[in-house]
Amino acid sequence: MTTGLALDLQALSARHPAARSGAAPALKATTLHIGAGEVLAVIGPSGAGKTTLLQALACALPPSAGQLLVDGRNPWALPRRELQALRGRLFLAPQVPPLPPRQRVVTSVLAGRLPAMGLLASVRSLFYPADIPAAHAALARFDLADKLFERVDRLSGGERQRVGLARALLSPARLWLVDEPLSALDPARARQAIETLVNEARARGVTLVATLHQVDMALAHFPRILALHEGTVAFDLPAAAVSRERLQALYAQHEHELRGEVPASAAAALDATLPAPAVVAHCR
Amino acid sequence: MSAALPSAQPSPAPTRDPAWLGRVFWLGAAAVLLWPLLVATEFRPWILVERDNLKVTGQFLASFLPPAHSAEFLAMVAREAWRTVAIATAGLTLAFIVAVPLTLACTRVLSVSALSGRMARGPALLRQVVRLLLIVLRSVPELVWALVFVRVVGLGPTAGVLAIALTYGGMLGKVYAEILESGEPHATHTLLRNGSSRLQAFFYGLLPQNAAELTSYTVYRWECAIRSSVVLGFVGAGGLGQQLDNSMKMFNGGEVFTMLAVFVLLVALADRVSAGLRRALG
Repeated sequence: MTTGLALDLQALSARHPAARSGAAPALKATTLHIGAGEVLAVIGPSGAGKTTLLQALACALPPSAGQLLVDGRNPWALPRRELQALRGRLFLAPQVPPLPPRQRVVTSVLAGRLPAMGLLASVRSLFYPADIPAAHAALARFDLADKLFERVDRLSGGERQRVGLARALLSPARLWLVDEPLSALDPARARQAIETLVNEARARGVTLVATLHQVDMALAHFPRILALHEGTVAFDLPAAAVSRERLQALYAQHEHELRGEVPASAAAALDATLPAPAVVAHCR
Repeated sequence: MSAALPSAQPSPAPTRDPAWLGRVFWLGAAAVLLWPLLVATEFRPWILVERDNLKVTGQFLASFLPPAHSAEFLAMVAREAWRTVAIATAGLTLAFIVAVPLTLACTRVLSVSALSGRMARGPALLRQVVRLLLIVLRSVPELVWALVFVRVVGLGPTAGVLAIALTYGGMLGKVYAEILESGEPHATHTLLRNGSSRLQAFFYGLLPQNAAELTSYTVYRWECAIRSSVVLGFVGAGGLGQQLDNSMKMFNGGEVFTMLAVFVLLVALADRVSAGLRRALG
């Protein structure tokens, strides 16, 4: 079994892609080591830089200062083809599930396997799904086995989010980066989803980094907790060493988030998961 | 408790919409700008209703009745209408084959280097070249292409098919690329960020995202191709257009009327097909 990817951040700063070039980076000079196969939760109030950290780790966002090493190599020094091959070894699950309308669930889940498939095999899989049993098994882990041949735009927000997570189980990646995987799930489904991700990552030796708003969920299931506050590391501790006082200090101005209420940003993101009306562009 | 509300001085109702003056100004400006255009095009619609011209128009329209309906003529119209549909369909299929690779080459959403910052210089240059090629293809009207091809391959439908293929290839390529770029790129970008190739991201993200819009535009272009093939018939590219040209030259209004009715039917058919496909894909 190949091991997960190891990550090293050396005084890494990163800026949100939409930010103005003069704006302060969302992640400031962060130094961090994540070992191969480690399982880690990132917590912190809204705007702390959690998503930016994940995007930087996913080689989606070039650092504005400092550097990132993935298994000892700087991805941004690689030729584009090798960078793209490296991206095939990591899996980034964005908070808004990336599911095009009209696609069937089976196709969306099997899309996780694309980096390991040739073009011909992936086109053939559109005519007849390449590995129905694997897709079914992955969905079953998230209680969605009966939705295998549904269209994704006919699922609820929570179901769509779990389809996005099931895709990870199909991907050949050695690093899973999961952004707010529970934002649309009820507590029971959230526990099931997080247990599936953590157990699968452990069983496969995959490195797992998940950003979470549910602090109790992070403490219960993740051995290591990284807390971000205004773009810097507030603390980086084993879950057992995270005290009530530290959490209160971390969420000082955001106590409603600590109490587990759905923050406005997550609710807004859920609205965005609904398929946008087709752009009407005529007169051509 | 009956605390009186702070008694606000009632402000007088505005007597005028403050945006009114600007609206009138721009309306006037548009009229002033349009005037030279009307002069340049010698636009004098009132000559349509002058007594002599009304007589000519009336005679032409009266000659439409009764529509030609002899069995022999109708069989010929059916045969030529079928040929017109064939020219449009074959031409549009070739145009599709021309357009798809060019579209894929110039769609920004499928650029890997543009995922994280600016697009690399090589691919950016390639996209400009492809765009230029598309402009050249569609800026030459299909009528001109047809005149060229009639000289090369002789009179007949082949010239029409080739003419439609080139001009419509340019149009399809440009609009396909615009449709793909105006859609939501989230699914496509996520696939690219997770290491998929461009074509994989196209088939699993971009195409299902935009399928309805692409299909309805393609059917609309097929409708345009039917109209186009009529015009091309006038320069000898075959089909119903060529027969229409003959009948017009013979002042045979009845035949013209029957053929125009067939065109209306074909366009209505394309309209129904498009609506049905949109519903199926929506």
